[in-house]
Amino acid sequence: MSRFLLPLIAFAILIPIFVIGLGKDPSQLPSPLINKPAPQFELPSVTDPTKTVGSADFENQMAIVNVWATWCVGCRQEHGFLMRLSQSGTIPIYGLNWRDNLPEAQRFLQQLGNPFVDSAFDQDGRVGIDWGVYGAPETFLVGADGTVLFKQLGPLNQTLWEQNFVPLIEVARNKR
Amino acid sequence: MKVLGVTLTLLLLTCAAYAIDTTEAFEDPEMQARYEKIIEEVRCLKCQNQTIKDSNAFLASDLRREIRRMLTEGMTDQQIFDFLVDRYGEFALYRPRASGKTLVLWIAPVVLLFGGALLLWRIVRQRMALPIDDESGEEA
Repeated sequence: MSRFLLPLIAFAILIPIFVIGLGKDPSQLPSPLINKPAPQFELPSVTDPTKTVGSADFENQMAIVNVWATWCVGCRQEHGFLMRLSQSGTIPIYGLNWRDNLPEAQRFLQQLGNPFVDSAFDQDGRVGIDWGVYGAPETFLVGADGTVLFKQLGPLNQTLWEQNFVPLIEVARNKR
Repeated sequence: MKVLGVTLTLLLLTCAAYAIDTTEAFEDPEMQARYEKIIEEVRCLKCQNQTIKDSNAFLASDLRREIRRMLTEGMTDQQIFDFLVDRYGEFALYRPRASGKTLVLWIAPVVLLFGGALLLWRIVRQRMALPIDDESGEEA
């Protein structure tokens, strides 16, 4: 009896492990920045490179930091949603233009619209490294106290927004 | 035939032309050795089964550049690994640290090895106690 029971038990234990393991996307890595202070930065602005944009601009307010680039397909995909989000006035969106080309980035915003309060131009990707960015688009939710509350990997859309961001924003706003 | 052999050998050697890291070596050979050892142990997050030494993704080249900078600034290997783990998590290291989260990675092989050995020993002992009946066993 135990001859069949033991492998059966082992099988029953392994299956849920495999199911969970297969269901996970290995490209979605958890960010060690969650609940830690957002990294400080100050960079030239994409729209006007003589000015600077930085983490000081969204000090004491909740904000979205969106990592984008013109070479990134997912960024074009989520652009429509970001435009709608910015028009709704729910939360200010700051852009981190990562490893890009300035004239192309400017053209991108002119052609598709600019959902960002401002975008920081991170040409050599140094600020990206501080934020643990490994593939655009990535979207961070930063609380008013400057802690990173959430990181979304890949293109954002209404469903992901409602699922992952809205509850956190509500909790943070009710706490104040 | 000889020409073919030479051609094929030369063709095999072209792999060396695909060197990923084209930056100049450190003047100090000891520093260069440290640099090469570090980049062999850091995962490229964009192309997960490559180290940043093997990858030509721009994230890998950015990380190599940062590691060079930190080395020239005199940071220790430990500080450099800490820098990476703080930003990208433990997964960035090919050799995970022995901590609570990665404990299972470290002890699982030992547990499995000894568990397997124990099982084998028990089965062998059990079978040794059985009478030898080779001839009749073949028919069954």
